[in-house]
This record gives sequence, C-alpha cells and structure tokens, in this order.
Amino acid sequence: MIANRLRRALTIDEAAITVVDRDDMHVYQPGLLFVPFGLTSVEEIVRSRRRQIRDGVELRTAEVDHVDLEMDRVHLGDGETLPYDVLVVASGSRLQPEETEGMTGPGWMERVFTFYTPEGAASLAEALRSFDGGRVVVSFVDLPIKCPVAPLELAFLADWYFHDCGVRDDVELTFVTPLDGAFTKPVASEQLAGLLAAKGIGLVTEFATGEVDGAGGRLVSYDDREVPFDLLVTVPLHGGAAYVERSSGLGDDLGFVRTDPRTLQSTAKPNVFAIGDATNVPTSKAGSVTHFEAEVLTENVRRYLAGEPLEDGFDGHANCFVETGFHKALLIDFNYEVEPLPGRYPSSLGPLPLLKESRLNHMAKLAFQSIYWHMLLPGREIPGISTQMQMRGKKAAATASA
Amino acid sequence: MTTATLSGTTVDVDAEGFLTDPAEWTEELAAAIGRENGIPELTPRHWQVVNYMRTTYLDTGQAPSIRSLGKQSGVPIKELYALFPKGPAKLAAKIGGIPKPRGCI
Repeated sequence: MIANRLRRALTIDEAAITVVDRDDMHVYQPGLLFVPFGLTSVEEIVRSRRRQIRDGVELRTAEVDHVDLEMDRVHLGDGETLPYDVLVVASGSRLQPEETEGMTGPGWMERVFTFYTPEGAASLAEALRSFDGGRVVVSFVDLPIKCPVAPLELAFLADWYFHDCGVRDDVELTFVTPLDGAFTKPVASEQLAGLLAAKGIGLVTEFATGEVDGAGGRLVSYDDREVPFDLLVTVPLHGGAAYVERSSGLGDDLGFVRTDPRTLQSTAKPNVFAIGDATNVPTSKAGSVTHFEAEVLTENVRRYLAGEPLEDGFDGHANCFVETGFHKALLIDFNYEVEPLPGRYPSSLGPLPLLKESRLNHMAKLAFQSIYWHMLLPGREIPGISTQMQMRGKKAAATASA
Repeated sequence: MTTATLSGTTVDVDAEGFLTDPAEWTEELAAAIGRENGIPELTPRHWQVVNYMRTTYLDTGQAPSIRSLGKQSGVPIKELYALFPKGPAKLAAKIGGIPKPRGCI
C-alpha cells in the first residue's frame, strides 16, 4: 500500500521504488476471524502480492537478513545488498507462541489453537465442526497484539456459532484477559463487559498466562491461578520482524521499530520510516491505523526527499468494527488522546452507531474486504473518512480520559 | 491532582497513587509505597527491578512492560509476580516513583 502511494506521489525520475517481501501471499487478515466458523475460507482471503502492486514498483521476493543503518543498505538473506536513500519498514508483527511455556507442546493445533494464522484458523474450523460441548476458553497472552478486539470478536462469534449448532447450553464459554477489564479503555471496556455478560460468556481478568498445559487442559497464570479448558483459542505473544531485532539500533526490546508517533520517522535514523504493526507507536496494531498512517508517511517521505520539514500529522487514529455475532457489530473510533466513545460515525448524522450493536456495522464490516483490496491496498482515499480522528458525532465522557 | 503523605513527606500523586513528578521520589518513599501495597520490606531483588524500571523510564521516557522486565531486568517473570503480587510492572512503577505504564490498544 505504501509503495503504491509513494509511486503516485513521486515520478519515476524522482524515485525508484523496490518492495522486498518474503513471499507472494497477501492475507486479508481481518478475514481470519471468520474462517473458524465456516463464514469464509482461507482461499477467499489470500491473494498474490504481486498483483496488488502498481506498475513502476519492483517486487523482490526474499528474506531480509538485516538493515545496516550506518551504510543505508538492506542485506537480503541470499547475500545480496540493496542500497537506499529512504527505507520504509512495513514488516508487521510476528507471532511468538514459543515464548509461552507449553503453548506449542502437546495439544497444539489439536485442542490449543490460534486463529491468527491461516493454518490455525483452518484447524480450528475443523475442530469446531466436531465439538459438541465442554469448556471453551478464548484468551490472549499479552499486548501488543494485532487487532486487540479480535479475541473478543472470536468469543462473540463462538457464542453465536454454538447457539446455531444447538449446543450452546452444553458449552461453557470463558474469555481470559491480562487486562483489568474486557478492554483497555474504560467506556468501551464497560460496554463490552456488558455484552459478554448478556451472552453468558465468563470473564477472567488480570490473568497473566505463564503456561499452557495442553495435555492437562489448563491455562496457568504466573500467580498460580488456573482456568481449565477442553478447547483453547489463544493469541500468542507478538514481536516485531526478526530482521528488525538483528538490525542494530532499529528496534525496541520486542523488535518493534522505534518510531516518532506523530511523524512516523524512525528515531534511529532520519532516512528510515516505519508504518503499521512494525512500529512501536502507542496505538492499535490495526489495518485502519496503517491506512491513516499511510497518508502522513507518504507526505513525509516526499518532504524528506525534498529537504522540507516533516509534518507531525499522525494522531493515533484507529477505527475498528467489532463483530458481536447474530449479524451485528459495534464500531469504535479513537486516537492517542480520545478513547472509544458512543455516538455516530462519521458525523452526528452518520449512518453508523459508535459503541453500539447494529446490523449496519456488521454489513460495513463485511463490505470492508472489498474496500481493502480495491481502495486500501492500491493506496486510495475512502471518501468521507478523514485521516485525523474527528470529535463530531461523538458523545464525550462525563470525565476527561487520561 | 491529589497529594499523599508518606513517611512524613507530602507528594503529588494521580488518582491511582502514582507519583506525578519522578523527581520527588526518594528511597524512603519507595519503601513506604511498598508497605502500603502489601510489600513489608523491599529486598535486594525488589530493588533490582525498581531501579531497572526507574532508570529505563528516566532514560527513554517509557516504563518497560512486563515482558521487557522479564527479558531485561534479570528477574524472570514468575519471580516478578512473587515479588510484586498482581501486577509487577504497575507496582514496580509505583514504588519507583514513575507514571503508570501505558497500556496500548
């Protein structure tokens, strides 16, 4: 997406653009949520990367070994080096199930699943088809994770799925979180906790997962609490790309690129920028965030090349649909300073209610896959949706948020 | 903003009892905050974590997360939970006189 945007912003004479990616498989990651319930399939959400890239952009399929910030060079896995004037790191985040004791041990992909990979989502779909009752636990180990609402959505959709299969009464469904509530921010947390309760989904908070015992069917916390399960759907710890860790000075201790939260310039070197899940900026790791970042980043790369001062225009804006099952969804819209609030979107007369279940939000979420392939990846704007978060339409909380 | 009096010293704290000015922090204050939060005495292992937390915050402007603490402080996560019951990162930050670590969405 950023290459496509940069290609439009810069002429062929101004810049040659090369994308390095490890394979030719681009996954529409929001679709992974629906795979376990047979609502879509892996084949429907994967496309060729090459076909998403505009003319005038070269695609190299290779692993990156490391970046030499001093010499302005990317070292590829095959030993070749690519020199650059400007580098944009967009290598996302990496699942680290092996960082949690026992997670990939006995039962992994048999009764312990993650839906954050195509293989995991497909295996879970298989397991759910023959599941006719018992204790189902949905958990995530710790933030940051991609799309922090996705585990909640998985729990809501599981409730709906078991209901439709006629076995809901035989399933004890529990959501386990390291946070002190259903979500990170107070207003949304209260709303989502209410939804969990209304759907009969148990909520276990402040659970810092220390061990997954797949054989014994137990989640064990660092302070020795236990949650039993017959089937566990969990989200492993996340870190940045391994090559970021191998690139001296580029990343923080989790491998995310140290990035200025407003300009998206790396704090390690002025000719390096970062976007999306690869950064350490304190907002959601979500597709919408990457879209909003892209506009600021494209402009700042152009300014950097022209020797102009950068704009500090990124405000942490995120916009996420939260599937709640039964053909409904919530919508949340927030930034670095403003937590998700109730109201309407994109304005007070807007069609989509914020922080409230509606069918229209669900339909918008489904329509989003097409918007993703046809507008977001090619790097086009979505009409009526601004990069900076807008307060219009939102009902401010009674007390100011921290 | 509110104030709290600990060990005879009055300091500014936020609604959850975190010091708002890290410069007001002293070791005596740290011990007093520990006692208020169920840690009768700060052992050398406690100090190792609290000092790491405080130094990292003063150097980088960000308090380390629990995962960073487990990797970098020299104290494994399991022990962190034994030393600082419930939320080691939060409690060690409070004792270290730095703001509450920011959870990100």
